Amino acid sequence: MSLSPAEGVALAEIESGGGAEAPERGDVVGRSPGRLAWIRLRRDRTAMVSGGMLVFFMLLALAAPLVEMLYGIGPKEQFQSLLDGFGMPLGYAGGVSGEHWFGLEPGLGRDIFIRLIYGLRTSLFIAFAAAVITATIGVVLGTLAGYLGGWLDAVINWITDLTLAMPFLVIALALTPTLVLRFYGEREAVSPAFGVAVLIGVFAVFGWTSTARLVRGQVIALREREFVEAARASGAGLGHMLFRQLLPNIWAPILVSFSLAVPQFITSEAALSFIGVGLSDETPSFGRMIYRSLDYLQTDPAYVFFPGIAIFALVFAFNLFGDALRDALDPKSSR
Amino acid sequence: MGRSESVPSGQTGDHPSVPGQRPADGPYLRVNDLRVRFDTEDGVVRAVDGVSFTVERGRTLGIVGESGSGKSVTSLAILGLHNAKRATIGGEIFVGGRQLVGLPEEEVRRLRGRDMAMIFQDPLSALHPYYTVGRQIAEAYRVHHPRAGRREARQRAVDMLGRVGIPQPARRFDQYPHEFSGGMRQRAMIAMALVNDPDLLIADEPTTALDVTVQAQILDLLADLQAEFHSAIILITHDLGVVSQVADDVLVMYGGRAVERGSVEQVLRRPQHPYTWGLLSSVPSLHGDADADLVPIRGNPPSLINLPSGCSFHPRCRYADRNGDRSRTEVPELRPAGQEGHLVACHLAAEERQRLYREEIAHVGVAR
Amino acid sequence: MSEVGTAPAEAEPLLRVRGLAKHFPVRTGLRGHSVVRAVDGLDFDVRPGETVGLVGESGCGKTTTGRMLVRLLEPTAGTIEFEGRDITHAGRRELRPLRQDLQIIFQDPYASLNPRHTVGRIIAMPLQVNGVAPAGGVKARVQELLEVVGLNPEHYNRYPHEFSGGQRQRIGIARALALRPKLIVADEPVSALDVSIQAQVVNLLRQLQRDLGLAFVFIAHDLAVVRHFCQRVAVMYLGKIVEIGDRADIYERPQHPYTRALLSAIPDVTRLGPGGRIRLTGDVPTPLDPPSGCRFRTRCWKAREICATEEPALVPRDGGGQATACHFPESGPVPQEDGGTAGTAVEEVSK
Repeated sequence: MSLSPAEGVALAEIESGGGAEAPERGDVVGRSPGRLAWIRLRRDRTAMVSGGMLVFFMLLALAAPLVEMLYGIGPKEQFQSLLDGFGMPLGYAGGVSGEHWFGLEPGLGRDIFIRLIYGLRTSLFIAFAAAVITATIGVVLGTLAGYLGGWLDAVINWITDLTLAMPFLVIALALTPTLVLRFYGEREAVSPAFGVAVLIGVFAVFGWTSTARLVRGQVIALREREFVEAARASGAGLGHMLFRQLLPNIWAPILVSFSLAVPQFITSEAALSFIGVGLSDETPSFGRMIYRSLDYLQTDPAYVFFPGIAIFALVFAFNLFGDALRDALDPKSSR
Repeated sequence: MGRSESVPSGQTGDHPSVPGQRPADGPYLRVNDLRVRFDTEDGVVRAVDGVSFTVERGRTLGIVGESGSGKSVTSLAILGLHNAKRATIGGEIFVGGRQLVGLPEEEVRRLRGRDMAMIFQDPLSALHPYYTVGRQIAEAYRVHHPRAGRREARQRAVDMLGRVGIPQPARRFDQYPHEFSGGMRQRAMIAMALVNDPDLLIADEPTTALDVTVQAQILDLLADLQAEFHSAIILITHDLGVVSQVADDVLVMYGGRAVERGSVEQVLRRPQHPYTWGLLSSVPSLHGDADADLVPIRGNPPSLINLPSGCSFHPRCRYADRNGDRSRTEVPELRPAGQEGHLVACHLAAEERQRLYREEIAHVGVAR
Repeated sequence: MSEVGTAPAEAEPLLRVRGLAKHFPVRTGLRGHSVVRAVDGLDFDVRPGETVGLVGESGCGKTTTGRMLVRLLEPTAGTIEFEGRDITHAGRRELRPLRQDLQIIFQDPYASLNPRHTVGRIIAMPLQVNGVAPAGGVKARVQELLEVVGLNPEHYNRYPHEFSGGQRQRIGIARALALRPKLIVADEPVSALDVSIQAQVVNLLRQLQRDLGLAFVFIAHDLAVVRHFCQRVAVMYLGKIVEIGDRADIYERPQHPYTRALLSAIPDVTRLGPGGRIRLTGDVPTPLDPPSGCRFRTRCWKAREICATEEPALVPRDGGGQATACHFPESGPVPQEDGGTAGTAVEEVSK
């Protein structure tokens, strides 16, 4: 015998009694569900620590030129004089010193710290841009498919399935060089902005499906709710239905999926850059740094260590925050 | 149901029960000062706060209350179905002389289904959709009869299905829950609950999800089965009509506390608590003046997190002012209210209550 | 048939329903298709200011009917006329002026309010989507409505989760009143509420009906609640009206066996011990495959051969407003059941 119905009844009994007292409070302005979620988030220590880390990372990325100014070293400056005859940095732990906090790259002798800061900037920019674009596509397609249904739903579902069936890596591997050749030719230098745009484009094409499915499911569930019918019975048009009635009720899952998509794009960017289809070496990025550092895994482990730990901390913080956000927005799911 | 052998069920503490020992007579279920507390992020919820009652074999206790009154929480506590991490349970629950509070989970589990069983409101979610109804009943039998063979369990399940009035039980045995109609599903649930001959049956809103004509059938069935199996039944419901049909004794709960207790005649015919008066006058009736307004209880049910001080009913009670500050400061205790076995938790003096009932309540609805 | 179910007409009906039907296509088995005849040919009128109850058990089509009346569902057949205009298949634009006159109250006080909107926005929604600007401003109108339904007008900025079930249902009622409708379809408006709150809301609806002269189509499964609210009652069974008449007819002189059984099955607080005398066997059959002839015959104790072959028409029996669809209608008042007092009940049981 399952316990769920029994526990459910008991909880419903407690909860239905719980809300009743609220209107007896003195103040007049109500606490919106969003505000309640914020209060819950504030109480969650994991959320506060990971959120603080994220804010710190983002400020660092935004203020990269400022950091460069204060630090006094640019991402492209080379310090060959601090390398030995084999191109390895002098000193301990890959050349860590008061001047070069995280040491130097073997070979080119660039400063790892400032390249990490700029790499963070690149990664976050790509990840956020891709997440915003995929979320937008997903929300628009998902809402339309879910609310209007019929042939539109069938078509959008079909496109979703088609996209999911395409092998992401293979297409990314095939597409990126082709695009680059198409625009730049064999020997021209590829502009960093172009590389970034291609990456975002690839992510956008492949990344929207999960959001679209999520939103579609949510909208279908909401469509049958009585408050939506009440609006329909009052003669509300499509715009009112979508923007006033439906979207305010699904931004919570959208936000959660957004916050979990960002770290996914960060790792994807690193992975693509690592296998060489992403960014060129000129653009500082986590993936490129880890790719280059692998040659020195034995001789200069510090070179792997710093970018590795940075990407780990960033993705970990994002995931923790995303989970905490989900708990705060939908407290029942976590019980 | 043995209404003629009206045994007062109010007295508790008369039998000094020793855990593990079954007294020869006395009530089968004895709940003494039961307290169930949940710690939630919004505060402590005292879902049940000092409730006592007894149920004897062959009798039916109706527990009545609105949402948040603690009636379902009480029944789950008896069955030991609360999540120990979330709920704190205090007080005593004696089932057949065994104290259940504090008993290891494993032992309570062994009692559950054999000595006590439960019927849920929604049979569809309580039956597993992927197994046949018969298999689930047979399974429930074999859990507590490990030596019973497959064939014996099947025979037992078919018998039970027939007993609860399901036509062609042998054929129905192999059907899935979705092939049963709502009323048939509830009958199957009852068959499953009774398959081990439990001495205590807890029915939590067993007919709320059913149509009235089917509800009538199920209530009849429960009464028939009780005459046959002689078990103690707790019927939890918000519907006073249901209670009036099948219960021998009634416990009225409000805000996690018992406010009135007595035989069905005492509570429904000569109610003593203003909340019971309010409940009775709220019920729309098929007799009397249809054009007259109903007489509701004012206000809203209380929040269990933030119960009103003193008598938790005082903000909604018409007569709360008659006791000065007492109803706001002092929690009324359950005290004898005239007739034997009739208890009420109200600050109003007994004579005044009787007078109020005669002059203001009796004619508006209760004794239509 | 056009006079069926109408009392001698003094006033032009506000709502006139003829032959209304809704069939839902369903998949059966692997490749079969069939239809559920959820509503199968209803005729009834609602006059201005009149309260009509639609009563029946689950699967009788009462909720589907309500949804069709406010045009949330498209009827399969039949016509709905509102103030003489055929609105059966009117589009959104044609319906717009009508929306103001025709509103709905829902059953579930939790699902019927948008959790992300303040109470003020919820109640103002019908005004907003119809571009109505009330004199004195939207906020003043909303606060007036809150007061009408017995809520604190200061709670304008609160959210639904801060209210109890009964208060939420009042908010739903205020929303339905916002456009000053002439007819409100109330779909089980009190069945999700606690008993004490249920009485509050029934009283509120009665008071609004009296004060504002509203007409109601009140959908419910609870005959006792309907008795306290409706002047006329239609009893439905498996998508058809089996009996319709004034309140006194239905409750005191029901002619259809099903109406009698339904009345008898309601547990009565004032009578202790096992209830009414009529016990129906079995459940309501599935509307996917309703019985031939009279749909009630499978559970009816009076069923004969003719009931299986010929469907009884809904016809007035004694020239009055009461019409019954039965080959063998009952007559006379419901016999008073025994056990009026506890004393006799006890005797009866102990025998």
